[in-house]
Amino acid sequence: MKRRIFLKGTLATGTIAVAAAAGLLVPRRLLAANWPESAFDAKSEADAVKAFFGDVQVVDSDAIKIKAPLQAENGAMVPLKVSTSLAGVEAIAVVVEKNPAPYVTSVQVMAGAGGLYSTRIKMGQTSPVSCYVKAGGKVHKASQIVKVTVGGCGG
Amino acid sequence: MASTKMKIKKDKSGGHLVMVLVKHPMETGNRKDKKSGKKVPAHFVQTIVFSHNGEVVAQAHLGPAVSKNPLTQILLTGSKSGDTVAVHWTDNKGQSGGTETAVK
Repeated sequence: MKRRIFLKGTLATGTIAVAAAAGLLVPRRLLAANWPESAFDAKSEADAVKAFFGDVQVVDSDAIKIKAPLQAENGAMVPLKVSTSLAGVEAIAVVVEKNPAPYVTSVQVMAGAGGLYSTRIKMGQTSPVSCYVKAGGKVHKASQIVKVTVGGCGG
Repeated sequence: MASTKMKIKKDKSGGHLVMVLVKHPMETGNRKDKKSGKKVPAHFVQTIVFSHNGEVVAQAHLGPAVSKNPLTQILLTGSKSGDTVAVHWTDNKGQSGGTETAVK
């Protein structure tokens, strides 16, 4: 049974590789154009937020839940989950104030996906981790301090 | 190529949680190789595109501050058994990968 599932998995992967190579999924130029380079290059949280969301007003929100450890043993692997009950979520961005490049990751959400984003991030030192959610035309923010004992930027 | 794995779990909200694991070094460009003493060039996943029945529903942007072997999760709404979910990722060196699976 396991062998059958393994083979089936291999076949499926092969198909998708062909489809991807043929550019049937999403054109690479579209993906490349969408990557928010100026946000990732920003050296301050404020610049990062402006680069991704534009010149928008940011409001604090208690409708955003951040699930992250109060203390991370390994700064190279900090689990983070953002969820929100806000309606009409368009994007979620994660910014770590004290990282050399504060903008860590974001997700653009279209109809068909909800207000949840989970990943693992690197933190150089103890810092507030802020999650910005664009919903209903406004940018909402929630923040949590994560203590880091061993920094994870590898520098 | 088993560098992309996906798991789909039903969520109590009615939709499905899509969890994707991409095997990737996510090098920041700051780490020094212990043998050569030279900096290992930045090599990281930049984009992960999630599609549901052929339509793009989410696009994640990743940078070098995302941990090695990024494990990314989003929530699919309006999904049901039999639907197809696909993920496709690209990195800063032009490499890419992906996988596809059906919602149980």
